[in-house]
Amino acid sequence: MKDQDYVYVTYIKAPADKIWEALTTPAFTRLYWFDIDVSSDWKVGSPVSYMKNGKALVDGKVLEAKRPKLLSYTFREVDTEASHEPHTKVTIELEPEAGTETVRLTVVHSDFVANSKHRPSISQGWPAVLSGLKSLLETGKALEFEG
Amino acid sequence: MDIVFKALADPTRREILDRLYKQGGQTLNELSEPFSQDMSRQAVMKHLALLEKANLVVIVWSGREKHHHLNPVPIHAIQDRWIRKFERHRMDALSALKSALEGADKPNLKKRGNS
Repeated sequence: MKDQDYVYVTYIKAPADKIWEALTTPAFTRLYWFDIDVSSDWKVGSPVSYMKNGKALVDGKVLEAKRPKLLSYTFREVDTEASHEPHTKVTIELEPEAGTETVRLTVVHSDFVANSKHRPSISQGWPAVLSGLKSLLETGKALEFEG
Repeated sequence: MDIVFKALADPTRREILDRLYKQGGQTLNELSEPFSQDMSRQAVMKHLALLEKANLVVIVWSGREKHHHLNPVPIHAIQDRWIRKFERHRMDALSALKSALEGADKPNLKKRGNS
């Protein structure tokens, strides 16, 4: 049995290509993603990892990468009680809103097993990450995260 | 941001969000059921439309079925804008107090260390 999907949406006033860059380069992610560096060449089949102080917290593999529209990869926490669960799937879509300078960013996180131990970190993580990303791109200032 | 506060200002809408937190992806039928004693399906639909407009609820279509998901990103933005800011001031005040106290405390520690 599968658990529910998580769907998050935010509207960001920035070009889609810039949002793509902010999602895929460590110089950006460490500013808004809890000091985490993303690491991948974003070619289909290549590894993806999210690292903090050189230690991988999340690993996965690129499934699809169509800059600046669609990015999809597998996702698994490293060294947590959720690590034995199969990889889940992250799908990020960027859709410019017609007639505006705003892009609708949708994150769907799916393929969770029932009662997944991923659930708390996912449901707290994405809203903070997306809110931080929006703030960084729209105001040029990153939010400060404690701890 | 006005519309987020407006959407959250109604107890039924907050309850809908609570239900979606517990179980994401519910259809209108599933969401209307617990309210069926007091409220029409249309009324629930109206609440959902406002929540969707405020981006607190996101729709995902699966064939002809409309699934509703809680999207807490706007609530997070409120937290960032209105709460974290004040927390930061409190943290700054605490850390100023801490360094003042520790600064005053250092000579004593040194004395103790020397004796």
